[in-house]
Amino acid sequence: MTYIRPQFRHPNLPTNELGFTRQHYEGALSTLCAGCGHDSVSAAIIEACFELAIEPHRVAKISGIGCSSKTPTYFLGNSHGFNSVHGRMPSVATGANLANREMIYVGVSGDGDTASIGLGQFAHATRRNLNMVYIVENNGCYGLTKGQDSATADVGSASKKGDPNPYEAIDLCALALQLGATYVARSFSGDKAQLVPLIKGALAHSGFAFIDVISPCVTFNDTPQSTKGYEFVREHMEATGKMDFVPVRKEITADYEPGYTQEVTLHDGSVIHLYKEGADSVRDRDAALRAVREHKRRGRILTGLLYVNPDSQELHHILGTVKTALRDLGEADLCPGSQALTNINNSFR
Amino acid sequence: MKTIKGVNDFVIRFANVNGTGSASANNMFAKAIFRMGIPVSPKNIFPSNIQGLPTWYEVRINDQGYTGRRGGVDAVVCMNPQSMAKDIRDLEAGGYCIYDNTKPLDLRMVRDDIHFIGLPLTEICRKEYTQARQRQLFKNVIYVGALAALLDIEFGVLKDLVGEQFKGKEKLIAPNIHALELGYQYAREHYKCPLGIRVERRNVVGDRILMEGNAALALGAIYGGATVAGWYPITPSTSVVEEFEKYCGRLRIDPGTGQKKFAIAQAEDELAAIGLAIGACWNGARAFTATSGPGLSLMSEFLGLAYFAEVPVVLFDIQRAGPSTGMPTRTQQSDVLAAAYASHGDTRHVLLFPATPKECFDMGALSFDLADRLQTPVIVLSDLDLGMNDNLSEPLQWDDSRQYDRGKVLSATQLDELSGRFGRYLDVDGDGICYRTYPGTHPAKGSFFTRGTSRDEYAVYTEDGDAYQRNMERLLGKWETAKSLVPAPELHPARKATSDGVLFFGTSTASTLEALDLLREENIHLDGLRIRAFPFSDAVLEFIDAHDRIFVIEQNRDGQLRKLLIGECDINPRKLQALTYYAGMPITARYIRDAIRSGMGGGQVVPMRRQTAGVKP
Ligand SMILES: Cc1ncc(C[n+]2csc(CCOP(=O)(O)OP(=O)(O)O)c2C)c(N)n1
Ligand code: SF4
Ligand SMILES: [Mg+2]
Repeated sequence: MTYIRPQFRHPNLPTNELGFTRQHYEGALSTLCAGCGHDSVSAAIIEACFELAIEPHRVAKISGIGCSSKTPTYFLGNSHGFNSVHGRMPSVATGANLANREMIYVGVSGDGDTASIGLGQFAHATRRNLNMVYIVENNGCYGLTKGQDSATADVGSASKKGDPNPYEAIDLCALALQLGATYVARSFSGDKAQLVPLIKGALAHSGFAFIDVISPCVTFNDTPQSTKGYEFVREHMEATGKMDFVPVRKEITADYEPGYTQEVTLHDGSVIHLYKEGADSVRDRDAALRAVREHKRRGRILTGLLYVNPDSQELHHILGTVKTALRDLGEADLCPGSQALTNINNSFR
Repeated sequence: MKTIKGVNDFVIRFANVNGTGSASANNMFAKAIFRMGIPVSPKNIFPSNIQGLPTWYEVRINDQGYTGRRGGVDAVVCMNPQSMAKDIRDLEAGGYCIYDNTKPLDLRMVRDDIHFIGLPLTEICRKEYTQARQRQLFKNVIYVGALAALLDIEFGVLKDLVGEQFKGKEKLIAPNIHALELGYQYAREHYKCPLGIRVERRNVVGDRILMEGNAALALGAIYGGATVAGWYPITPSTSVVEEFEKYCGRLRIDPGTGQKKFAIAQAEDELAAIGLAIGACWNGARAFTATSGPGLSLMSEFLGLAYFAEVPVVLFDIQRAGPSTGMPTRTQQSDVLAAAYASHGDTRHVLLFPATPKECFDMGALSFDLADRLQTPVIVLSDLDLGMNDNLSEPLQWDDSRQYDRGKVLSATQLDELSGRFGRYLDVDGDGICYRTYPGTHPAKGSFFTRGTSRDEYAVYTEDGDAYQRNMERLLGKWETAKSLVPAPELHPARKATSDGVLFFGTSTASTLEALDLLREENIHLDGLRIRAFPFSDAVLEFIDAHDRIFVIEQNRDGQLRKLLIGECDINPRKLQALTYYAGMPITARYIRDAIRSGMGGGQVVPMRRQTAGVKP
């Protein structure tokens, strides 16, 4: 069975700066369960890319294995995608990025894909400050293998199978903060208003941008006893504050309510405005960790932008690679030629 | 008493303790003989340890040009009390034992059929040097000086080598030459020089070079246009990436900005290392990873993905003795089957088998063309012996007019000109190889989804069994195409017509060719065929068809190449006799000669299970 979306375009559909409609950013028809949180995340990615007027072919979508990892087929149909192997998206993304620093890399993973089988790769992509957007669609379970608890399931949380999870949960945002991620956010698939600007900020950020999106699995883990179900999340989420993302070269046109407290200019010149509650700086990593833990202790889920360091140096900078994409270099740049080889031969005589 | 005699034809072994600085002195010894125009083949036999365990350096000197291991030791330099008893026992009758006689020799070690040559190395050092480290280091230089006298090595050549070694640290030149002289003079004064074995300047090295296969592979990757390397350290592959980095630092720096035209990522493990290489290749770069057995096992899931999703990638596997951690610093050719069929499902990979540093370079560069052309993993199977020992080799060569073969890749213009729908897995040319596009090529055309799940010709996910099978059949068609693209086997015909043959590959080559010469002297004639790649080209089959009895020589227990031949070419197993050696040292010419000789006597060569027990390599 193939799922190609029928191409029908309404004449009055809004277009972005590039003249593209939202349709241009869509992918094949989703095959996920109706109501699956992951579809909402795809929609948010489409919205963010549309609004930022990103040329779809400049994006590479990379994922592992799982229901969540299937979703890159369902957005940005004009982008190349790579559905790799379970838990290994970060290494494929690292290689892809090293080959061509000029594209935008969007990695999509699940909580099984990232917090269990892929925990090592996640950790190392993070500490390398790979320039990519890394989205985990976190449902606290293994959707594709029919609902087993994942490593992000909270203690006591129970899925459809019924037994409360006895093991400590891995908090991916806390981990990302500890490992040196330079943009860390948490959101909820059901909160598009919050998620879209977070994705936009992540796309504009230079460095490793991590978003843990709680994305309920309606089929296996949307029970009243689950802490990753729609009901629980809606009732227990708190936001760090309201966030606006202003892309580079755009005038700030909206009237900001008095009292927004922070403004962060990203690497490419775009600006994040944060209407924040507490006095802690969004650039304070320790404070972010404290806030995540504090909310967890109170049984609350802290969402929003937790931390950003707009001045970080991404992997290419650390490695000192040329500005041109490595994959675009040809023989003239890469092959030292026979004369150099003569000298090398002589050094072995 | 018998005395081994020979000019430019003997084997000398240095028995040292690792971490004592013997390596550079021993290298200088081998290089000096090489500089005198005489072929040498040094082999390092080292422990998986950083300091304190026994290590050996075995140098074969042979002006006939035989560079494989011969078997047997004619002279030993005993610098390690721990291994001394065995080192002396292993010496051929009539051979020479050079040892430190500061303390008298343990009587239990004395043999009356060998020559003992004592040098008071500890005492000389005690008198000459005050610091412990100096005493330790110069001891090595002093015995090299003594060997110069004992074996007739030209002293001027050694002096030149010292000068080159300490270029930039000129202060060290004089003391090192002094140490050489101390040894030289002592030997001169106390022994009749030279010994029965000695060297004499020849002109048979020609323009050949002495280098490690790993450095040649690294250079092959540079010349072949690799820009991205992902790796995880493991002996004996580590130096491939280290050399890649070293040479890139000289050859791939943008002169204007000082920026790098390459990227190396030391990954968290081998899964990530190959994932990284695959990601880079998928995105249009040339990328590789280097590993050894344990890493190959870890990479297998990803190799299956690259095979099935048709992503080019290059893997250098420098084999060592398995299974598991096995003997991590000993050599073997035992990853043949694991590499050929790495990963689950019906998977198969292109393999290349280099035998010399020049071939490491050639195949290193070629592997990228092949991977791009065939859109599949290419695995170069080297080993510890080739990779980490200085091997005598033809010089490396590059044709400046050579262009990289990037395979079937559609550009934006080609996509615009395309009539009809782009099908990533559509076999338009009938050779099983389809057209791909790099990400980001065209704003509206040519994008597709790469996946390890089944898909149709247009890269659309499908669970339709017919589409799946069509695709699997096409991959077989591509495999057929590969047969004509990989390096052809190399024929070594006997001088007389014969129905007997030998098949061999990689580092078994030099010893095998020497064994064939030795057998010819006994009027035993065999045709030889060196296999250079998998899939096997038709010439391999023709060779097997043309002979009644064929020995398959390889350095593993199970006769892996033989199994591969039987399975892939549908050959009667009785026709192929396994000749295996796998004790971790390079296979020797004498071992092969003896095994073939007795195998010709009738039936099985040597019972497989007992083959190495008690056999001295
Ligand atoms: C090596 C390997 N082991 C196991 C599997 C089976 N498997 C497929 S998806 C999955 C879990 C996915 O969970 P998650 O990443 O949370 O994705 P979700 O389906 O919940 O979105 C597993 C275990 C596999 N594909 N590969
Ligand atoms: S099983 Fe769960 S995660 Fe998978 S598609 Fe269905 S709802 Fe989504
Ligand atoms: Mg999940």
